[in-house]
Amino acid sequence: MKHALYNKLRFKLISITVAVSIGPLLLLGFALYYQFSNLYKERIEDQILHLARSQSSAVDVFLRERTSILGMIVETQSFEDLSKQENLSRLFWQINRRAEGLGLVDLGIIDRDGNQLAYAGPYNLKGLNYYQQPWFDEVLRRGKYISDVFMGFRQVPHVIIAVKGACDTNCWILRATIDSEIFNRLVRSAQVGTAGDAYIVNRDGIFQTGPRFEGVILGPSNITPQQFGEGTMVLEKKQGGGDTRYVGGTWLKEGEWLLVISQIAGQEAGWLSRVRNTATLIIVTGCLLIIIAIVLISNTLVRHLEETDLQMNELNAQLIQQDKLAALGKMAAGIAHEINNPLAVIGEKAGWMEDLLSEEEFKTSENYKEFATSISKIEEHVDRARKITHNMLGFARRMEPRLDDVDVNRVLEQTIDILSNHANINDIDIRKKFAGQLPVIASDQSQLQQVFMNLINNSIDAIGSDGMIEIETALDKDHITASIKDDGPGMPESIKKKIFDPFFTTKDTGKGTGLGLSISYSIVEKLGGRITVEGSQGKGTTFVVSLPVVLPEKK
Amino acid sequence: MAIANIMLVDDEVPFVEAMTKRLTRRDLEVEKAFSGNEALKKLIGGSKTEVVILDVKMPGMDGIETLKAIKSKVPLVEVIMLTGHATVESAIEGMKFGAFDYLMKPCDMDHLITKVSAAAAKKRQHEEKIINARIKEITSRRP
Repeated sequence: MKHALYNKLRFKLISITVAVSIGPLLLLGFALYYQFSNLYKERIEDQILHLARSQSSAVDVFLRERTSILGMIVETQSFEDLSKQENLSRLFWQINRRAEGLGLVDLGIIDRDGNQLAYAGPYNLKGLNYYQQPWFDEVLRRGKYISDVFMGFRQVPHVIIAVKGACDTNCWILRATIDSEIFNRLVRSAQVGTAGDAYIVNRDGIFQTGPRFEGVILGPSNITPQQFGEGTMVLEKKQGGGDTRYVGGTWLKEGEWLLVISQIAGQEAGWLSRVRNTATLIIVTGCLLIIIAIVLISNTLVRHLEETDLQMNELNAQLIQQDKLAALGKMAAGIAHEINNPLAVIGEKAGWMEDLLSEEEFKTSENYKEFATSISKIEEHVDRARKITHNMLGFARRMEPRLDDVDVNRVLEQTIDILSNHANINDIDIRKKFAGQLPVIASDQSQLQQVFMNLINNSIDAIGSDGMIEIETALDKDHITASIKDDGPGMPESIKKKIFDPFFTTKDTGKGTGLGLSISYSIVEKLGGRITVEGSQGKGTTFVVSLPVVLPEKK
Repeated sequence: MAIANIMLVDDEVPFVEAMTKRLTRRDLEVEKAFSGNEALKKLIGGSKTEVVILDVKMPGMDGIETLKAIKSKVPLVEVIMLTGHATVESAIEGMKFGAFDYLMKPCDMDHLITKVSAAAAKKRQHEEKIINARIKEITSRRP
């Protein structure tokens, strides 16, 4: 019950202190984190947008250039010239020689019926008919055409650029193939870091260039191009591993293709995330340290409080006990004194009867002996009662040190008288081995009585029941020693070291205050003597009180 | 002649009565008083008392007060304090105010008589000294 109270206090202390000290820190942390995240996001989006725009315009320029070259050829050459194989081959050879890296794989001339009349390039495509190809009509209708990437007859991903030749009725088409690998290279240069990706998809989300991860050219992508609207846009996508991928898209090729650039958060702007991580680490470590410190301090505080409370309670109990003893003492003294007066009267009356009995006329009476025995019995019991009242008075006397003429044997005798009943009940035999001629010393009788009372009581408690206590006095040069030896269970060294410490007790809680031996120790010290303990576990215990022989002043 | 003239002062009437009988039997002249006031009146009123046996604890004027009064009115009379155990201290205090000795109650008869004899002897010695001094004084005046 009491423990729960302390736990509650401990919990309150810890929670309030933690809240007050960590709250602002966490708030600051969150604010910092938020700022960092925003900054980070803006930065990465800017980067992606910039990259997407520049890359898309590069691709657009690339395509426009090729289209322009084809347009120029169509404008300057006639259909008749170009449809001759050798002319076309020469032109193709010239173009590739003059403008290397133009990326043109082949050239072809197709008439209005779709027949490829002339072809210059690595494949054998001359004579093929393109009339059924979807792009064919488109070219005739729009004048020029750039296809999506497709496999075609050659089964290699490629893009064709086709331009319609000048015509009224007999239209023709100049067609060139661009190796899609060139797009791949161009687009791939925008792949940043180890997780950045860049690729082109068409309006149906089909890969036009090979992505770095997850997907192949002409395969379906998980991009929905319509999400990106009509301009340039950056989207955030959560990934499986908890990462956030920023995906930027921008339209090119007149809105037919979407250039996609993506980047995982944390990969880009590394320093920013490092700073953020460091700040987080510092805050988390700081919080942990604060919590540990608070818990430790609170624990120490509460433990201290608990100990102090315990000592206070013990002290209070001790004070209550002292009050009780004092009240009891007062009452005992009052009773003893009131009984003393009638005892004195009885004693005197019995004495008077004894006096009268000694007269001649009574001696001859037949009941003389009976009278004499009765009177001596009365006197004997008056003496016994007086002894009791004297013990009670001696016990009740005040605590201030006061030098009396003390006969140690007599003090012990009185103490044993008081405790004999207690010992008898527990079947404990108290044996006395008193030295015959002990000098009367100047000491405090009542305090000595308290010391002996404590020691003998302890011995009785240690034995429990059925045992023997031997009390011996001796004169050793300038000291009188009184030893109290019991045949109880004894005690180990570890306990022996502590028995004179205040509040140390081996008795059950509430039964011993742990002050008895401590008080005895200080009393004996005050009287100039020493108190020692002998014996070990299993061999009983002997307390030895040694008092200096200080002769009382002559009166 | 009696061993000594004494006065027993105690509020406990039966005690005083019994003691008186026993002490009288042992050749002591005993006068009784049951309070400090009564004792004082008798002493001032020309009592032959040499030794007063005075109980410490009495209602009204207690033993110590009575002792002080006796010592101031009739300084030559010796006083033995009689006490229960609890008032040993006041008995010792009484010694400071000029009591001859103190006795514990209940007391042993022989012990009491020894003490009383000693006290009476002291008183007589004292008186003798004073008388001698007076005689010397008177004789020295006449050439």
